[in-house]
Amino acid sequence: MANLAAVVGIGQTKYTTKRTDVSIAGLVREAAVNALKDADLTWNDIDAVIVGKAPDMFEGVIMPEIYLTDALGCNGKPMLRVHTAGSVGGSTALVAASHVQSGTFKRVLTVSFEKQSESNAMWALSNPQPFSTHLNAGAGGYFAPIIREYMRRSKAPYNVGIKVAVKDRLHGARNPLAHLQKPDITMQEVEDSFMLWDPIRFLESCPSSDGACAMVIANEELATKAPKPPAWIRGVAMRSEPTMYAGRDEVNPQAGRDCAADVYKQAGITNPRKDLDCAEVYVPFSWYEPMWLENLGFAPKGEGWKLTMAGATSLDEGGDIPWNCSGGVLSSNPIGASGMIRFAEAARQVRGDAGAHQVEGAKLALGHAYGGGAQFFAMWVVGSQKS
Amino acid sequence: MSQEKNMSDDQDVITGIKAPVYLKYNFTAGAAPARFLAQIKKGVLTGQRCPKCSAVYVPPRGSCASCGVATEEEVVLSDKATVQSFTIVSIPIPGNPIQPPYIIANVVPDGANISFIHLLSECVNEEIHIGQRVQAVWKPEAEWDYAMDNIRYFKPLDEADVPVDRIGKLPVTGLEG
Amino acid sequence: MKQIAIVAYQQTDSVSDAGAVNEVELIMPVLARTFKQAGLKSAQDVGFTCSGSCDYLQGAAFAFVAGVDALGAVPPIKESHVEMDAAWALYESMLKIRMGHADSALIYGFGKSSPGELPIVLSQQLDPYYLAPLWVDSISLAAMQARIMLDRGLITERDMAEVVSRSRRNAMNNPHAQLSGDISPEDVLAEETYLSPLRKADCCPVSDGASAMIIATVEQAKAWGLPYVIISGIDHCIETHNLGMRDLTDSVSTRIAANRAGMNAGKVDVAELYAPFSHQEIILTRALGLDEGTSVNPSGGVLAGNLMMASGLSRIGEVFNRIVKGEARRGIAHATSGPCLQHNLVTVLEQGENA
Repeated sequence: MANLAAVVGIGQTKYTTKRTDVSIAGLVREAAVNALKDADLTWNDIDAVIVGKAPDMFEGVIMPEIYLTDALGCNGKPMLRVHTAGSVGGSTALVAASHVQSGTFKRVLTVSFEKQSESNAMWALSNPQPFSTHLNAGAGGYFAPIIREYMRRSKAPYNVGIKVAVKDRLHGARNPLAHLQKPDITMQEVEDSFMLWDPIRFLESCPSSDGACAMVIANEELATKAPKPPAWIRGVAMRSEPTMYAGRDEVNPQAGRDCAADVYKQAGITNPRKDLDCAEVYVPFSWYEPMWLENLGFAPKGEGWKLTMAGATSLDEGGDIPWNCSGGVLSSNPIGASGMIRFAEAARQVRGDAGAHQVEGAKLALGHAYGGGAQFFAMWVVGSQKS
Repeated sequence: MSQEKNMSDDQDVITGIKAPVYLKYNFTAGAAPARFLAQIKKGVLTGQRCPKCSAVYVPPRGSCASCGVATEEEVVLSDKATVQSFTIVSIPIPGNPIQPPYIIANVVPDGANISFIHLLSECVNEEIHIGQRVQAVWKPEAEWDYAMDNIRYFKPLDEADVPVDRIGKLPVTGLEG
Repeated sequence: MKQIAIVAYQQTDSVSDAGAVNEVELIMPVLARTFKQAGLKSAQDVGFTCSGSCDYLQGAAFAFVAGVDALGAVPPIKESHVEMDAAWALYESMLKIRMGHADSALIYGFGKSSPGELPIVLSQQLDPYYLAPLWVDSISLAAMQARIMLDRGLITERDMAEVVSRSRRNAMNNPHAQLSGDISPEDVLAEETYLSPLRKADCCPVSDGASAMIIATVEQAKAWGLPYVIISGIDHCIETHNLGMRDLTDSVSTRIAANRAGMNAGKVDVAELYAPFSHQEIILTRALGLDEGTSVNPSGGVLAGNLMMASGLSRIGEVFNRIVKGEARRGIAHATSGPCLQHNLVTVLEQGENA
């Protein structure tokens, strides 16, 4: 049995297109210092540091943790660097948690970041390879056909994605750290926005952000003594499957379903929609909300969109299972950090510390991240109580 | 004598430096892709079959991703294919002459079990649909190289649509075969 | 805490250019041999899989994603990746087992350094504002470190040549070695300098290859009926990136990691040290306080072949091999990362009951 562990400190930066006022080290340190402050701790209280970020080519720095150790107070301590593509922020949180859950460490710091403005991320993702056509149409070009297949299967109306785009931006307007601040966004505005990769419109896509997110994770003894309410880690799970294989269901990947089943079992969840109070789920393109509602078992197959359209996932509409109250990836997307932000925002909810986007009385929340061709999944469930 | 004045008072705020990175690599595709490229240079589309589950991969990357074993047997595929899904893209590809809007599709060639991404053209974008039959339009033979781009794009075929549950499962002879 | 043991280890030959193989083709054969050694079929048979690699070696983002195609990961598996040497993937895997989320794990590391100019590529892991724009390559930094050692009289060029000579001679018994031969210190000293004071022979070669390991709880290892070697301690420690603030003639972080891993609780029969440069082997040997009682780098070490992102794991694998063969009862393995031994990991290995 894993040892109990909890999130006792959370720190984030403001998310924005370009943080020209700080270096990469300045950015990660800002999030780390905020997390330490939140936990009322100092650098000396940290036993190890676990860093995560997406491909090194985003910033053009190889294994940047080697240079960041000084900014993260890690000298003389263990430093681990995780990279699992887009899910990395979530995976990093899980690896950090395992440092404590294994009983090896008492208290660790974990940080994830991306400073895409330092380099050309489009270039980084699109090194030409001779055996594939050179179609650098961005991530949207990859995911749009999968979304189209979902629309065909589910017969969902065309405007489900539009509704999610509005909902998450309205949520984001409650969160001062969110990159996009669009309190007046309307369905019409999203529908009229430029169709980038049919069926994905500009406003149905995530922005590109600079930013970092950090957490302090402590063992049971220290978490119990923490000044602010801890977010107890009730379940952790990871799953991977290959990018392409015959018969792979790209719309509803088995890795996601298995990962969810695993994390729910640990947390004693039998009906996620009922048992969880809210969820922070990696939705970089709006249509992924209905798709993941099904993949994660919040709705039967083909019916995820009905929850979305009924307002079940909206804080503003008083939905029973609000998704992405922080504004989600659609409002802020520092890639390497995006997964950790989901995990951290889930923890903020059960700590009762989510400010204007707090779900009242939230006791149990899901944090979710995915990456690659929707093939790498990382999830945790956090609660206000130990069990 | 030390200067009392702080030097940084006189300086502009620096928000960035330019430090371009140039690294040269000799890229190799791999043994399985090299066999594929040698065939496509001759205008032949080939896949490789998994010895365990019999799935045919195109372009082959060296393994059956599902079973984790090497694919050896080479299979000649049709250049007729089925649209598994697609998107109409409205932004240009940097360095590519193709003008938006254009269609990127996941197409499965007859005889293969997974799709690859390619362009669709010579079509009315709005009429393209999942299950649509298409065929490769090749560059002139003189321009063939070790490249997937030997196929300029795929164009619609006047054939019956493939039912969704059979996409990716057609023999090399197509739907009627 | 649960006792964890190594039950299988395999590596590819260390070659200067693996030629036209991609990541999957590099990894798959070594994984197949590793599974066979453990009597397993695929990654489906272990509880967790973790790999180590670096995109920049071959110059393509997401190199590790292709690695998943070698695993047989259908149905999906519990899997993770570090952008580090696979020795740290082993570390992560041990945490997973200790927390009870797996009873066994597959660890692999791979690197194809030949497509790029490795020393130049590694210059881009330095501070991106102050150091990387200077394009200081990894060999030049090591040369400066060796110069300090020589100038302070801590070593002589002959000491360095002796390290090289022993490595090449030891490597004659290592079928995977890239560089081996009956070379005397005099032969090495007769070579012209390459990047003063380093000779080419003082520097590890650039290699392509991969290695893989399977670990398990001792209970699981026994259930499998396999000879096993217990990992009795593992720890790692990073130092400041600022070279000017470090004593480059010592490796404080290696010593800290070794102490925390419990190296000094018993006799060290064998030590495999990840020293990409001859003088660094001397630094590490001294930092660890190893004496004649310890056989250092009997495989030839990385001077005989350096599988970037796998060499650290290979050091552990080499000690495993020695103990399984009965040539040693207890040993340590060291892994490093970053310029001039910035980040170091030490593993302590001990004979299991039926090893």
